[in-house]
Amino acid sequence: MEDKNNIIIYCEIDEIDGKAIVADVSLELLTKGRQLADRLSAKLDAVAIGRNLSAVPSQVMPYGVDTLYVVDDARLYPYTTLPHASILCGLFATIEPQICLMGATCIGRDLGPRVSSASCSGLTADCTELEIGSHTDVKTGKEYSNLLYQIRPAFGGNIVATIVNPDHRPQMATVREGVMRKEIVDANYSGRVVNLDANDFVKDDDFVVEILNREIQRSTVNLKGAQIVVAGGYGVGSKENFGLLFDLAKVLGAEVGASRAAIDAGFADADRQIGQTGVTVRPKLYIACGISGQIQHVAGMKESAMIISINTDPAAPINDIADYSIIGSVDDILPKFINYYKKHSK
Amino acid sequence: MNLKIVVLIKQVPDTRNVGKDAMKEDGTVNRANLPAIINPEDLNALELALSIKDKNPNYSITVLTMGLPKATEVLREALYRGADEAILLTDRRLGGADTLATSYSLAQAIRKIGKFDLIIAGRQAIDGDTAQVGPQVAEKLGLPQITYAENVVSYDESGIVVTRRLANGLETVKAPLPCVLTVNGSAKECRPRNAYRLQKYKYAAVASEAEKFPEEIKALYDSREWLKIQEWNADTISADANQIGLSGSPTKVKAVQSISFTAKECLSINDDAQLEQLVETLIKNHTIG
Repeated sequence: MEDKNNIIIYCEIDEIDGKAIVADVSLELLTKGRQLADRLSAKLDAVAIGRNLSAVPSQVMPYGVDTLYVVDDARLYPYTTLPHASILCGLFATIEPQICLMGATCIGRDLGPRVSSASCSGLTADCTELEIGSHTDVKTGKEYSNLLYQIRPAFGGNIVATIVNPDHRPQMATVREGVMRKEIVDANYSGRVVNLDANDFVKDDDFVVEILNREIQRSTVNLKGAQIVVAGGYGVGSKENFGLLFDLAKVLGAEVGASRAAIDAGFADADRQIGQTGVTVRPKLYIACGISGQIQHVAGMKESAMIISINTDPAAPINDIADYSIIGSVDDILPKFINYYKKHSK
Repeated sequence: MNLKIVVLIKQVPDTRNVGKDAMKEDGTVNRANLPAIINPEDLNALELALSIKDKNPNYSITVLTMGLPKATEVLREALYRGADEAILLTDRRLGGADTLATSYSLAQAIRKIGKFDLIIAGRQAIDGDTAQVGPQVAEKLGLPQITYAENVVSYDESGIVVTRRLANGLETVKAPLPCVLTVNGSAKECRPRNAYRLQKYKYAAVASEAEKFPEEIKALYDSREWLKIQEWNADTISADANQIGLSGSPTKVKAVQSISFTAKECLSINDDAQLEQLVETLIKNHTIG
């Protein structure tokens, strides 16, 4: 474990039919981590904590992992905070990574702050971009090079902030699923696997929180894979009107998404949220219905190949990034859209 | 069993209404210029505490906030809704703190409170959306944490049973007391102000506010212990100067950019004929269909 100053990715493990599967968001971060490692002439490490992890190395190696640390112990799945935090802190003390990335998931957002507090290292949540750059401290004039720029919208999306962590290591950041692209580096890439014994890191007290029951459903919503997304915002007006989006999605073979405002208003379920705190999508067509175009939402859909907005307000910010803006109300336009589609598609 | 509950609340700018003068030159937020509200998920946290207290009026709820002096507004709001006691942690030296320095300061204040069984906070605040302070307070105090809490199922000497609302389902966990809960927005909505309590706590204030009260009311304030909101500073909580405020914050704001979209060519569709033509074009170029 002599390799130090690397980039490490915490690999989130899900168990599907008894098989350990590395979460997509972790694979996306491995891809980003590989790029950062190359830029910094450092190595890419990964850590997998769970049980029955024999299938993990073959899943992560193609993303260019140089060292995979595996902590395989029946007590480590399903995830609970304290043992995973103890293992990460212990590992950090030994390998002293310069950067640690994890998914901004229910696990990463529970584990990240715990670990950053224990290691006094600072953490930036929900980053939308990660870059490497230099920094000069305004007060001391001290120069830093090769810092991780942790870039995220902040303050209700009215600003984009670049956060740096000059003096503490690791520089930690969480990133939402779908924000980074996953890309295999080399199907035959083979880094080394280091198996670690959980008992070297955890103590009995780490297991005081007991999971009594889990009712986990696999979401049936597949926004990331959809070619066409019909998304609604607060301007849709009601849950009933949201039904019109489902009607259009059905005829187009699209998936329905929503802005946070629409979800907060109860128009749609939380697993449909698109944006900084939801999923990021890159469909070939994005139809934004009654969405004003706040930066957090735009962060999750701006890379769509074509954007059509339907809005009563011609000055809505969404129109700045739209290819077409249909001026009108959602309940008026969508039925017409469906009719014209049926008329011309045959 | 007599539970003492500490609820962490935060006064946040209403990020839905941010004006131009909201940002200071150093990249931090000028909260004084914004309409201030009680952070929505902190209200869910308060309700969770109140629902526990409903079963036993002897339990006590202390609300703690760190912020500007005007954050006493959210403490009063919590008193109106059912909290028993309120503490304002305010000090210029604590300003500019990132989540880690904030957590340290709050943990020091909780240590100063002394006896507690349960610490409850909102999952995240709408001005930062980081969800970090709850888990970091837990870590600083060496306590277990339950994030994304939605409902308290039961509790006794052996611990508390809580359901957690996760992205893909529901998890029921049991943790020993004391522990830290962070409450999800899907939890029960907070009860409104109580008319009787609104009268009772009308003049609840920190000492420095009470100084400005008219004489009669000041006399009332002096004679009624429950009106006294405690005001603590960095010295009260024995804070280490290196762990608070800007100097205690590992993360620094390097740059802040206001949002402006680069407009691209956008074709406006204003009538039915144009809409029909658009749909036809989309079908022809295989965007749809």
